[in-house]
Amino acid sequence: MTETTSRVHLTTSAERLASFEPVLDVRSLHVFYDDFEAVRGVDATFGRRQITAMIGPSGCGKSTVLRCFNRMNDLVPGARVEGTLTYHGMDLYAPEVDPIEVRRRIGMVFQKPNPFPKSIYDNIAYGPRVNKMKLNELDDVVQQALEKAALWDEVKDQLDKSALALSGGQQQRLCIARCIAVQPEVILMDEPCASLDPLATAKIEDLMQELANDYTIIIVTHNMQQAARVSDRTAFFTAEVDEAGVRYGRLIEMDDTQKIFTNPADQRTEDYISGRFG
Amino acid sequence: MSAVQTTRAPEPVLSLAGKGESVGDRVFRYLLLTGLVVAIVFLVTLITFVILRGLPRLDSRIWQNMPTLRKPEMAGAQSAIMGTIWVVGTTALVSIPLGVAAAVYLEEFANPKRRVNRLIELNIQNLAAVPSIVYGILGLGIFVRGMGLGFTVLAAALTLTLLILPTVIIATREALRAVPQSIRHGSLALGATKLQTIMRQVLPAAIPGIATGQILALSRAIGEAAPLLLLGGLAFVTFNPDGLLSDYTVLPIQIYNWISNPKEEFRILASATIVVLLVILLAMNAFAIYLRNRFQKRI
Repeated sequence: MTETTSRVHLTTSAERLASFEPVLDVRSLHVFYDDFEAVRGVDATFGRRQITAMIGPSGCGKSTVLRCFNRMNDLVPGARVEGTLTYHGMDLYAPEVDPIEVRRRIGMVFQKPNPFPKSIYDNIAYGPRVNKMKLNELDDVVQQALEKAALWDEVKDQLDKSALALSGGQQQRLCIARCIAVQPEVILMDEPCASLDPLATAKIEDLMQELANDYTIIIVTHNMQQAARVSDRTAFFTAEVDEAGVRYGRLIEMDDTQKIFTNPADQRTEDYISGRFG
Repeated sequence: MSAVQTTRAPEPVLSLAGKGESVGDRVFRYLLLTGLVVAIVFLVTLITFVILRGLPRLDSRIWQNMPTLRKPEMAGAQSAIMGTIWVVGTTALVSIPLGVAAAVYLEEFANPKRRVNRLIELNIQNLAAVPSIVYGILGLGIFVRGMGLGFTVLAAALTLTLLILPTVIIATREALRAVPQSIRHGSLALGATKLQTIMRQVLPAAIPGIATGQILALSRAIGEAAPLLLLGGLAFVTFNPDGLLSDYTVLPIQIYNWISNPKEEFRILASATIVVLLVILLAMNAFAIYLRNRFQKRI
């Protein structure tokens, strides 16, 4: 794609699945909004430098679970988490844990591109600046981040232009670059292509394959084909209704993507991926 | 026209003519128009009357001379213009940080579900509707007598600050609310603290709205005479303020003074001074609109 990006060997999904090193681990996770229990009992493990997709119908809690990983649920008044979430064995919700530190290691890309109303350069430099990272040359950090997000060639001559002047797909890659500039280990993506056209979506999907060389990626998507195309492992969530008539989300099964899409263990998974509901 | 034949296709329409606008519709439309005309006619009459009446004295004497009682043809409003600048300038310096701080707290930190915060919110809106003379009494009690500031620029500015603070807070909150939540989340997700997010993203994005609200509030303060009458601004002042603890007069009070003078020359002078006050107000409002348009285009 770009001449400036060093063309190292890209790992394939099979290679990424060959070794499994847990990064994030979730044990009996329950998420509450005030008295409403939105997510009930999720157990899952996410591997290092793998792409894990979380799929399922609306209201199944997949985005809610994603937002627990970088403590973004803290921002919702009344939100409460039970169970354990660990990052390299460290409890993410231990009292001494600073959410700011968590968000530095575990970055996030949102559903709608949300560039700051500033220049392209300032968007990328924002993360390093607020984190007071010890940087020899901020210009290099900006260039590397844009290169990794496959955006450098398109914007290198207009770094001082407003980020809002970019197209939707470019804005989303800018947000990915902005996230990379903080040098996180994990990148959470919450339906990153939901507002993009197919061409821009394809670019982001290619980009994810490249990023999997260095980063652990967890992506929430409504699009089953996308999950099948990009991910190494897939977690299938569904929404169920309890005796009181309250809808809640839970994890049905989690396995290698190929297995989920060809030979799922659970009937509900098979019904969903074959389009019988959802 | 029997109802039995409803299954038949309708006959071709021969005429599309209707009754046109009914009498009721027309009366209603003219009533609405009358409302607009009454408002505009009175405004235009006021401006025309004031300009025509003040025309003979609309010259440099107004801002070059001090008020004098003996020679009406030599009287000017310099001390009132300078007093207005001192009082409103000080009001701006005090009310901007206070108002923005209060609004940021309410909008970014206070939990809207807590009853105390809802009560505070409701009362700020009520405070914006309190008559200005009441603030004058408050200022007289607290600043002039309680704190011993006397009849000074500072006491007047602090009182006007109290008067416009609710308006400033409400306008600033609206400006903050207009900043999309996605900007805050984007910033926090990059590991920025709440303070960094507010200082580097939210406030810069809200500046045009904050500035507009602040200017409109200050232009209200400029026209206020009632609270300042209680705060000693009535004095006949023939010198410019030289500090925060100086005596002062302001344009509305000077106008009030001259209007109540039996000599015709002073009434003409009052009209000319009203024009000066209106020009200052218009300039401030124009600046507010300019700020809003300019920043809106950039984003």
